[in-house]
Amino acid sequence: MKLAIASGKGGTGKSMVAANIAFTLALTEPVTLVDCDVEEPNLHLFFPAPVTTTEVTVPIPVVDEAACDHCGKCEEACQYGALTVLQSRILFFPELCHSCGGCMLVCPKRAIHEEPKRVGAISVSAPIPGLKLISGMLDTGSPHAVPIIKAVKERADGDPLVICDSAPGTSCPVVETLDGCDACILVTESTPFGLHDLRLAVDVAARLGVPAGIVINRSDGRDEDTIRFCIDHDLEILMTIPFDREIAAIQSRGDILCRARPEWQKEFYALFVKCSTLAGVER
Amino acid sequence: MKVCITAQGATLESPAEDRFGRAPYFIVVESENGSFEAIRNPYADGGGGVGPKAAQVLIANNVKALVSGQVGGNAKEVLAAAGIAMYAYKAGGSVKDALDQFTKNTLTRS
Repeated sequence: MKLAIASGKGGTGKSMVAANIAFTLALTEPVTLVDCDVEEPNLHLFFPAPVTTTEVTVPIPVVDEAACDHCGKCEEACQYGALTVLQSRILFFPELCHSCGGCMLVCPKRAIHEEPKRVGAISVSAPIPGLKLISGMLDTGSPHAVPIIKAVKERADGDPLVICDSAPGTSCPVVETLDGCDACILVTESTPFGLHDLRLAVDVAARLGVPAGIVINRSDGRDEDTIRFCIDHDLEILMTIPFDREIAAIQSRGDILCRARPEWQKEFYALFVKCSTLAGVER
Repeated sequence: MKVCITAQGATLESPAEDRFGRAPYFIVVESENGSFEAIRNPYADGGGGVGPKAAQVLIANNVKALVSGQVGGNAKEVLAAAGIAMYAYKAGGSVKDALDQFTKNTLTRS
């Protein structure tokens, strides 16, 4: 089963929920935690451990100027403005290239081949028994998070239980993370901003056909607007975590709630069981 | 010589547009006789990489000079490689005003 944790709004507690589910499950079964927030991965802060790192590359076109007759077909084919063909030379902007390979396909002179370009790295670690942590890290200056997210998800292929912690927002990185997941948890907070972005995230999950449930974090007990939204959209509220100074303190020192306060383990296990039901998997 | 002024509308009275790649219109003026053509920028609402693509529009129309508020790095590289001179106009006036200043040679070349 593959479970995603997303939110819409940033800072609602995605990584907190992901770390606590993974910590709790790892006590009884093997679990793989995947940090798909590759622009700012943070799960390794909860689970410090030595890592094995591998590079992630994407193919980019290289033009053989001797074979090129500057016909301009590659420029026409490129939907991203990455190639400009002038009378006697070609300009290539690697940061605009999406590695689609279209330019290479249309070149009548076969003057274009692809070469790998590094865009980031993947780290794998085994911080506690039963837990594998896979983190993606986009290189500074690389604009495309998606190839790294694809790579970290591929690394988890075949693992029985995978939890993917998404980036905030609703754009390509989130879509790439949710794609192919059996269910997703949307973590929100009861603020107008939290609800606004939850609405967007619910829409994205629905369009991708991923069943979604809601976790309300930092609840001050006045969650009426969020609850109303969930009722109106037939969304189950899977868990409510209170606004609590002690929880904040545990988080802030990099500890895990379920380790510091083991009574929370049954809450997070129950959350996981509800997600399994959402995904249509019997537990 | 053809001069392009980025514009918010299709006439000489339209306000000049500060941005290059996302300018709604390119007003291309023939400096010899003052005749002009308004080209709608097909990349004004594009997702990304609009700078180089907009620069290609200017190249295809044989433009030799560009008057705009701001030209992004990628577009600048394409325009420079194509030998198109770039002039900065940030006075917030009309296309006509930008053209007058270009003609009087009071604009800074960037």
